[in-house]
Parts: sequence; structure tokens; C-alpha cells
Amino acid sequence: MRLSKLVGPLAAAAIAMGLASGAMAQQKTVKIGAVFPLSGNAASAGVHAKAAIEVALDIINNAHPEFGNFPLAKNAGLAGLGGAKVEVVFADNQGSPATGQNQALRLITEEKVVALTGAYQSGITLTASAIAEKYGIPFVNGESVASNLTERGFKWFFRTTPIATDFAQVYYDFFTEMKASGAKTDNIAVVHDTTEYGVSVANTLAATFKEKGHPIAQDVAYTTNATDVQSQVLQLKDKKPDVVIMISYTSDAILFAKTMQALDYKPPMLLADDSGYSDPSFIKAAGKISQGVFNRSSWSVGPAGSPTAIIAKLYKEKSGDEMDDTAARQMQAFFVLADAIDRAGSTEPAKIQAALKATDLKPEQLMIGYKGVKFDDKGQNILASGLIIQLQDGENYVAVFPKANAEKPPVMPYKGW
Amino acid sequence: MSIVLVQVIVGGLLLGAVYALFSSGLTLVWGMMNVVNFAHGDFVMLGMYVAYVVYTLLGGGPLLGAPLATLVLATLGIVVYFGLIRDVMKGPMLAQILGTFGLALLLRYSVFWWFGANFLSLPGDLVGGTFDVFGIRIEASRLLAGIVALLVTFGLHLLLTRTTLGSRMLAVAEDSTAAQLMGIRPDSMQAIAWAIAAGATGLAGALIATFFYVVPTVGETLGIVAFVTVSLGGFGSVPGALIAGLLIGVIESLSGYLIGAVYKDMVVYALFLGFLWFRPQGLMGKT
Repeated sequence: MRLSKLVGPLAAAAIAMGLASGAMAQQKTVKIGAVFPLSGNAASAGVHAKAAIEVALDIINNAHPEFGNFPLAKNAGLAGLGGAKVEVVFADNQGSPATGQNQALRLITEEKVVALTGAYQSGITLTASAIAEKYGIPFVNGESVASNLTERGFKWFFRTTPIATDFAQVYYDFFTEMKASGAKTDNIAVVHDTTEYGVSVANTLAATFKEKGHPIAQDVAYTTNATDVQSQVLQLKDKKPDVVIMISYTSDAILFAKTMQALDYKPPMLLADDSGYSDPSFIKAAGKISQGVFNRSSWSVGPAGSPTAIIAKLYKEKSGDEMDDTAARQMQAFFVLADAIDRAGSTEPAKIQAALKATDLKPEQLMIGYKGVKFDDKGQNILASGLIIQLQDGENYVAVFPKANAEKPPVMPYKGW
Repeated sequence: MSIVLVQVIVGGLLLGAVYALFSSGLTLVWGMMNVVNFAHGDFVMLGMYVAYVVYTLLGGGPLLGAPLATLVLATLGIVVYFGLIRDVMKGPMLAQILGTFGLALLLRYSVFWWFGANFLSLPGDLVGGTFDVFGIRIEASRLLAGIVALLVTFGLHLLLTRTTLGSRMLAVAEDSTAAQLMGIRPDSMQAIAWAIAAGATGLAGALIATFFYVVPTVGETLGIVAFVTVSLGGFGSVPGALIAGLLIGVIESLSGYLIGAVYKDMVVYALFLGFLWFRPQGLMGKT
């Protein structure tokens, strides 16, 4: 009968061991939440963001010696947390700021994520990050450019991408150089939607150019997901600006390209502010009728065998599409977050926050063409930068400005179709 | 009048014709059965995808895509009628709304799952590009859509007013029990109405795909205009939808050009609400 006396304690011990190993197993994964538009009109962007993060997860969680000294690649998992694996819980913001906010709340309270990334549209990043701020969870954004996101005095919000003020400067420099080489760039029109992104970028451009004594001549605003843009194109055709700057999501970007062709309107210079014009599905749907469009980018594939080239290959295998600037910036933000968690050696939000504040990544540690990643007090990366690219010879963007990074000289005027 | 203003009005008329074409199927179902089909926009979306598949897989232009889309969607209309509508019509109004709304999401996300979220596009010169008439640019694809809209409207109008089939369908719409006593089978009539409505919708989708992008959520973008067009035209009135579509197109274009694109919806909806205030049955609806 001594055996029966032993059963109780043995069972308790077994349960305790089970619990302990369970707890240990739990420590082996780091849960991060990702809010993206996985359905709705921006789903194309969201699906590409998801693919980019999944590639990053593969690089972080598995051993990838071919990456050389690229952070987090060499060994499997996060070395700082004893090889812990990173898990990402994706949530769909459906293209709505309210849904994005609810999903951020769910990820924090139900899924217990230790950090968040997302949420593509600036207007949704705005609401989702407010929840992270309230709960004291780090939110790292890699792609939303509305200036006000880092002007809210938030302590838990970090942004790696260059923002409107950064590339307003790049655009200005670019125009100045083009003017020196004989192009007309005095009369500038800005076409933008009325989302957080569109309005914020348009306002920043207007303010920057005005400051430099070169005010924007024409402002054409429209409601996003337009069914028709003929009247806007005709307004441009009427005023004949030298340069048209397009700030549009993919759906409207395609519609504008098609309408410009139908109404036979070609501005001498067309400059797109990323987003829609970087979406691979824009290039497939309207690339042939948008030849010579300028765009901004921080991504470049780089020489064969380089980490960026390997990433581009992995991404293509995963998504079926070429890596674009938006997906690359999202991926970079995710690497920055994972790197901070690795250095923090902890999943405690406050320690991750401290590690993010101490981030100081050099260009060679990045997969994107920033001068580094280092956050100011507002959480904005002060070393973010970008260049001007142009859609030349079919379906590829090539770097054309600044000269030091240019693969090819810029071609003028805008060719269209 | 300046040439640009003429261009704006021509563009508005072509846009309006598309709205009319887009709405004809919806007004038929609404008028005939008093069923609001919330999946209407997604029927158009399916028509667009049929045209896209025909073009990429079979290399066929709109000449092949349009009839095929009509056929596919007409079949779907019958399936939807027997599989869903016949039963939810017996239930409360809310069941119809939620039933067709659920159908909309099912269709949208099935396409999403199969084709992915990417924006697709047919080449712009599939229907002969764009031509110039005294300096006015006219897109052949939109003109074709406009002409087809006129033909479809005329055809549906003739069908309903000049044929036995049309009389039977209207009889069922009027009083299905009485129609049944007269030897008309309401089920068949309503299934035919759904087939015609969905077919016209598929045709609209295939034609719209020649100048608009194709994406699973496109029905949402275009759908709301269809509901406004139908209510302005008068519930169940096919010619009403045509006039309303043209009117909305021109008002949108003119206000977008003269006042600004951000305000065009405001102008359209303010006029729409103002109009309903005086004439709640719409332009050509019965009281």
C-alpha cells in the first residue's frame, strides 16, 4: 500500500514538471502582433507586408549563415533570449481606423503580444498605436509617413521610415538639379486623396516648398477609391503644370494612369510619392502606361549574393512578386523590433522600449538604404533617407537621384505609354 | 462653351451610362421581387473577373468575354435564386438583407482567395483605344459600355412591356398568388428575372473591366452608386435608372471639375436627397 501513498506526490510532481516545462516552452517564443490591411481595398499592400514579415521570420528563426554578419540571421532564434523563436500574430485592419484600433486591443489583451507593428495606412497607424501607447506596448512602424504620428508625444511609438519632411527635401533637391539641367520645374501641382496620408504629405510638401520661396501652384484633392477621376485630370490639363506630384493609394493610382491615357494628358514630369506607385500590382496593371514616372524609394536589390539580394529572392518565392519599397520598409521595421527584443534579452515591454531607444544600427546592418537607424525623443528615425527612382524600360524602377546612388541618369520628359 | 467643359460633360455622360448599365440588374430584382440584392456589386465584380480570365487564359477580347460573363452570371443568378433568395423571401426583410450581404462577402472572399488581393487590369486598347472628335477625347471602351447600356435598357424595357414573358413577370411582381391562379408559376418567373438581372450585371462587369481596374473589393467601390442610381431612377424602372445614371454622371463630372473632386459626392447626394424630398418614388417610379 506504500505505492498508493506515492501516487499522489508523484502525480503532483509530474504536473509540476509539466507546468514548468510548459512555462519554459512559453519563454521560447516571442509573440509580436502585426496589424495590416489583409482585406478591403488596400489588401494588396497588406498581403505583401505579411509576406515580407514571414520572410523576416524565416531569417530570424532559422539559421542563415549565407547572410554573413547580418543581424539575427546567423543562428536560429533570438540569441539574447536563449534562441527563442519569434511568432507573429497577424490581424486584419480591413482598411478602417476603428477596426485597426480594435485589432490592436485584441492583440494586446487577448493574444498577449509583447510588441506591435503595422498598420500601413497612416490613418490606421494613428489609432492602433494610440492603443499600444495606452497599454505600454512598443509599436514599431516602418511605412506610415504622415508627419503627425511622431508629434503626439508618445513614449511607445517608434518609426523607422523617412517621413514627409525628409522627402519633401529630397524632392526639392531633385527639382533644383533637374532645373539646372534644363527642365522646367517651377509650376508644381500636387494631386492627393483626403486620407490621413494624402492630406499630411500634401500639407508638408506645401509648407516645405513655400518656405523655400517656391509655393505649390495647384492642389487637386479627391476622395480615395474614386470611381472616376476624369475631372481631376482635366483640371491638370487645363492648368498645364510642369510637374505633377501624385500622392495616391494603388486603386486611385491605376485609375489616374488609365484616365490620363484616355484623355491624352502627359505632364512633362510626373513624380509619385511611393505607396500606390510602388505596389507591384500597380506596375503590372498600369506600368506600361506610366513609363518615366519618378518615385521615391529606399530599397535596392544590390549585388548578387548580398543580404538584400537573398532577401529579394526569398521574398519573390514567398509572395510571387518582386520586392517593393513599401514591403522592404515594413520588413526593416520588423528587423529593428526583433533586434531590440534580442538586445533587451527580455519580453518585458519596458525593457524592449529601452532597447529600442538605444537602437543604433549602421547601414551595413540594414536591408534598406537608410544611413542607419537611431531614434530621436519622438521615436522618429533620424537616419532615414531615400532616393528618387524612375520607371524605365518596362517594369523596373532604377535609381536616378542623388547622383552618388544613381544607376542611370533621369530621362525627361514623362513618356507615359 | 469651352472645349474642356464639353469634354467634362461628354465624360460625365459616358460615366453615367456605365452607372446605368451597372444598375440595370439591381433595379430589375428590386422592382420585380422587392428584394434588395446587396451582392449586386459583387456580381459585377464576378463579371469583371470572367472577362479577365477570358482575356488572360483564352486571349479573347470583350467580344468573347462579355457574352460569357452574361452566361456565367445568369447561371449564378438562377443558382442564387433557388439556393438562397426563394427561402429568404419568406422570411423578414432583415433576412433578405443579411442573406444577400452574406452572399456578397462569400463571393468577394472566394475571389480574394482564388485570385489574391492584387489589382488586375486589362490592356487599355482592348476595345480600340481612344479617338478624337473635334478635340473631344472619347474612350472606345466607355463608348461601347454606353451603347450597350442603352441597348440593355431598351431591351429590358421591351421585354417587360411588349412580351408575354414580361407580362407574366410583372404579374408575379404585382401579386404572385393571383398570378399562380392564372396558371403562371411564380418560381419560374422569378428565377428568370434573376437570370436576366444577374446576366445584365455580368455583362456590365465584363464591359467595365475594359477600362477599370479589377480587384475583389471593386464591387464595394462601385456598389453604392448603383443603389443611388436605382433609387433616383425609381424602384424597378429600367429607363429611370438610365436617366438617373446619366444625370449622376454629368453632375459628378461638372461638380468635380468646377468645384473640386472632394465635393462632388456632397453635391450629388445633396441633390439626391433634395429630389427625394419632392419625389420619393424617384424619377420614373410608381407611387
